[in-house]
Amino acid sequence: MFKKIKVPGLIKGLGVTFKTLIRTLTKGAHTVQYPHVKESPPTRARGVIALHEENCTACMLCARECPDWCIYIEGHKYKAPPRRPGGKPRKKNALDRFDIDYSLCMFCGICVEVCPFEALFWTPEYEYSELKIADLLHDKTLLSQWMETVPDFEDYEAGSEAKVLKVPR
Amino acid sequence: MSVVLADLAYWQETTIRLVVGLLAVLLPAGTLVYLFLFKMMSFMQSRLGPMEAGPYGSLQLLAEVGKFLQKEDILPKAADRLVFKLAPFVVLISTFLLILVIPAGPDLWFIDVDTGIFLALAVSSISVIGILMAGWASSSKYSLLGALRATGQLIAYELPMVLAVVGVIIQAGTLNVQDIVLAQATGEIFGFGGIGNPFVITQFLGFLIFLIAVQAELTQPPFDMPVAESELVTGYLTEYSGLRFLMFFIGEFATAAIFSALAATLFLGGWYVPGLDVTDNLFNVIGPIILLGKTLLIAFFIFWFRFTYPRFREDQLQQLAWKVLIPLSLINIVITGVLKVVF
Repeated sequence: MFKKIKVPGLIKGLGVTFKTLIRTLTKGAHTVQYPHVKESPPTRARGVIALHEENCTACMLCARECPDWCIYIEGHKYKAPPRRPGGKPRKKNALDRFDIDYSLCMFCGICVEVCPFEALFWTPEYEYSELKIADLLHDKTLLSQWMETVPDFEDYEAGSEAKVLKVPR
Repeated sequence: MSVVLADLAYWQETTIRLVVGLLAVLLPAGTLVYLFLFKMMSFMQSRLGPMEAGPYGSLQLLAEVGKFLQKEDILPKAADRLVFKLAPFVVLISTFLLILVIPAGPDLWFIDVDTGIFLALAVSSISVIGILMAGWASSSKYSLLGALRATGQLIAYELPMVLAVVGVIIQAGTLNVQDIVLAQATGEIFGFGGIGNPFVITQFLGFLIFLIAVQAELTQPPFDMPVAESELVTGYLTEYSGLRFLMFFIGEFATAAIFSALAATLFLGGWYVPGLDVTDNLFNVIGPIILLGKTLLIAFFIFWFRFTYPRFREDQLQQLAWKVLIPLSLINIVITGVLKVVF
């Protein structure tokens, strides 16, 4: 029984908590007093998903890949004028509705990964809580507004041949 | 207090006793909760704790009490209604009775009985009944298991606590708490009487055993098996809500404050500080402040252990009491007795 109680370890444990106490008193806590002081998340943090509406073709890939089924897309086809005179009118998709329900979203980012037309982007914004859960359904105007907060892509390594991607603004 | 109140009418004396008693229980308890539970625990976890209500969150406690008062008083359908409702009062009564014997100055006490410390240790075990009542009346498995664990633990740790106090009693030669303080104030350590004889020096083993036993009596970590939230939700508190839960909460921290005060009185010399004459009337004014300071010192250690150590397993907990603490305290008594006779 006496062997089981490791006294030096017990005292060491007291030392750890006491050191933390002194450090917090002298150098301040690790936490941030949130509403007064805002934390700046890393630039690639997954805060909220922004939509670049012009790039979206209503292809439904994001909505189908979404594990929570929280993306709602509606669109219609219309005839655009032909490219060359005398040609056939082109069929194009127009986006009527693009909603993301953030009360369901689990921020996996599969929609951003899967989008073939660079229409969805992560932004590090995190202050969009609502009093009513229904207000967490962001429509395409709101999702487009998030585009302003999308950080620029980082530069590639020096000497890279690849075309540098830019965030559409 | 008897001397101070000698000239007043009975009803005046009773009113003053009631108010002072309430203050003596609630103020240290509130101080402990704010200073240690809210602030020290947060600092030890590298955070700031409550900061919004009042300067540095000092009014947080009032906000919490207000919150608890608003909550619904839920009574389980199968509960034993009367016993369920009475249980928190029984726990609180044992807390309020404990404050009676602790003197805060040469003339400041509630009752001056010759068996003071015996009375304190006796009424402190009333809370076991309250806890068992709460656990049984809740008609919940979690509550019952928690209450049974609490009962087993409180009874196991009552013994080392009493036996640790016996060492002090032998050295002081009295059961009267006021006389124990005086014995420490006027005592000498091997002929040196400069700082009196606080029993923490000569009874250090007893002091350690008393602290460990107090920790277990308060069912605080590392001895919080009865309210182990990972297995028993919150033990005997599971079914309580609102005001009744608040009463258990107050009871827990008021008992922590009073046990700290008891430890300060028995081992650190109570309201006395070296350098002044024991009979000095000044102690009637500064005595309570000195006692509060010593109480906070003891409470600091109790809460420091609370925030540092992980929980004991049930069998380890019982082993520590029966196999380590009780033999140690018996040895302590024997040594104290022999030395008392020799010197």
